[in-house]
Amino acid sequence: MSEVRLEGVSRWYGDVVAVNGVSMTIGPGVTGLLGPNGAGKSTLIHMMGGFLQPSSGTVTLDGEPIWHNPQVYRRLGLVPERESSYDFLTGRQFIVAMAKLHGLPDPDAAARRAIGLVEMDYAAGRTIGQYSKGMKQRIKMASALVHDPAVLLLDEPFNGMDPRQRLQLMDLIRAMADEGRTILFSSHILEEVERLAGHIEVVIAGRHAASGDFREIRRLMTDRPHLFLVRSSDDRALAASLVADGTARSVRLTPQGLEVEAVDFARFTLLLPRLARDAAVRLWEVSPSDESLESVFSYLVAR
Amino acid sequence: MNATIAMITFRAMLGRRRAVLLFALPLLLAVLAALMRVLDASDLDTAAAVLHGFGFAVLLPLLALIAGTGVIGPEIDDGQIMYVLTKPIPRHTVVLTKLAVAIALVTVFAVVPILLTGLLMAGGTAQLAPAFAAGALAGGITYTAVFVALAVISRNAAVIGLLYVLVWESLLGNFAPGARSASIQQWALSVTDALTPTSYVHASVDLPVAAPLLVAVAAAGAVLAVVRLRSLSVVAAE
Repeated sequence: MSEVRLEGVSRWYGDVVAVNGVSMTIGPGVTGLLGPNGAGKSTLIHMMGGFLQPSSGTVTLDGEPIWHNPQVYRRLGLVPERESSYDFLTGRQFIVAMAKLHGLPDPDAAARRAIGLVEMDYAAGRTIGQYSKGMKQRIKMASALVHDPAVLLLDEPFNGMDPRQRLQLMDLIRAMADEGRTILFSSHILEEVERLAGHIEVVIAGRHAASGDFREIRRLMTDRPHLFLVRSSDDRALAASLVADGTARSVRLTPQGLEVEAVDFARFTLLLPRLARDAAVRLWEVSPSDESLESVFSYLVAR
Repeated sequence: MNATIAMITFRAMLGRRRAVLLFALPLLLAVLAALMRVLDASDLDTAAAVLHGFGFAVLLPLLALIAGTGVIGPEIDDGQIMYVLTKPIPRHTVVLTKLAVAIALVTVFAVVPILLTGLLMAGGTAQLAPAFAAGALAGGITYTAVFVALAVISRNAAVIGLLYVLVWESLLGNFAPGARSASIQQWALSVTDALTPTSYVHASVDLPVAAPLLVAVAAAGAVLAVVRLRSLSVVAAE
């Protein structure tokens, strides 16, 4: 069981403050680091990974400083956001090389295990340069897993993955967390964090905005009026049912379809299909119209 | 030294497009030497002039620049260095391995061609070929250490290195004798000068001064590279 602890951590570049007085403890299980692009998530992960010196404050792994301490990498795995790896090596050569760099007793067996974990056996003989974005992401993941680390830091791991690969990586991360590992991943997508993380840390504009159980944060983020655009076979009938049911605070009939202001996000998304079916209306399109993360975050900050 | 880092570095160096330069420059020297030989112009005087004027002034520094910056610079720029740095390996091992690979490349693509050219043009006369090869090796090590350090410190290492070689060593060296004594090329030449009896080779710095300078600058380069790599900050992508 390992723990990454940040205490009063700030990082500035010249006059620009990227991270401002952040204190948090990342313990066993999956923690999601959520924030809009440019919030300081990568800066935080780089400091936790020992690639950036905090301008002030301390970052420790089980009490040991991470900065200037390569020995922490025996217990820490890092998946960087940048895509580039050694394109001229095959996937297998790359992972075996990483195992050797870790000084593992049986690098070939460790590489086989790590490649198996990310289900890349079928492509391990091809050079990384020929991989798709999702495959590169998975081989990077294998490189961070090869030494079976207690702590895993993932910077935007789902970027560029297709839905199936996303699900598979989520399963893998969950399984590793169940083994007692400490896993932190960053994302700017609420849905990813919600589905995977038991604990969420929200960073906005370099500040630690919220921390806690995902239900808590989810409630903060979703218990607010949501605007949806709904197109259906009979907008008027649907509007009547919505108003009658009380799930919508307001419904506007527009040439593009219905603009619905829902009171409760979860209840609305659950009830809408049922209402439509009961009213014998066919739904063409349901799209949240103010779901940009910025609006979610600005709502959160305003609280 | 770390065999895995060396393997990856060798493959990266020889697989890149710039590897063509590694082969092209020594080939040029070989063609030049063969031409001189065919034209029957290969006396000791010309041999020394070719080895100094092309071997020491062009081939050696350029090869050291390509190898020295190439072994680590692109990896830092692309962020691949993270894969090496997130391992429980002391940073000095990383730097010394990279340095060793670069020196091996300089030896194969500059020192050996200089030796062969010397043998082709001057045969065994006046120990000219081995003397130039020894000077090239000594200078090559120092050049490489400086350029590796430059590559860790700056993203513009290749440009800075090129400016040093072209402007400082070649241009200023021709006009200002002061600049000539503070030049790796001249220190390397003094090693050669000390090893061959011929008067066609003349260094402007004496060996007792040049040798410690070669060692000190090489060591300083290596130490600087280690120190800077220890604190290498990866710039966040955002």
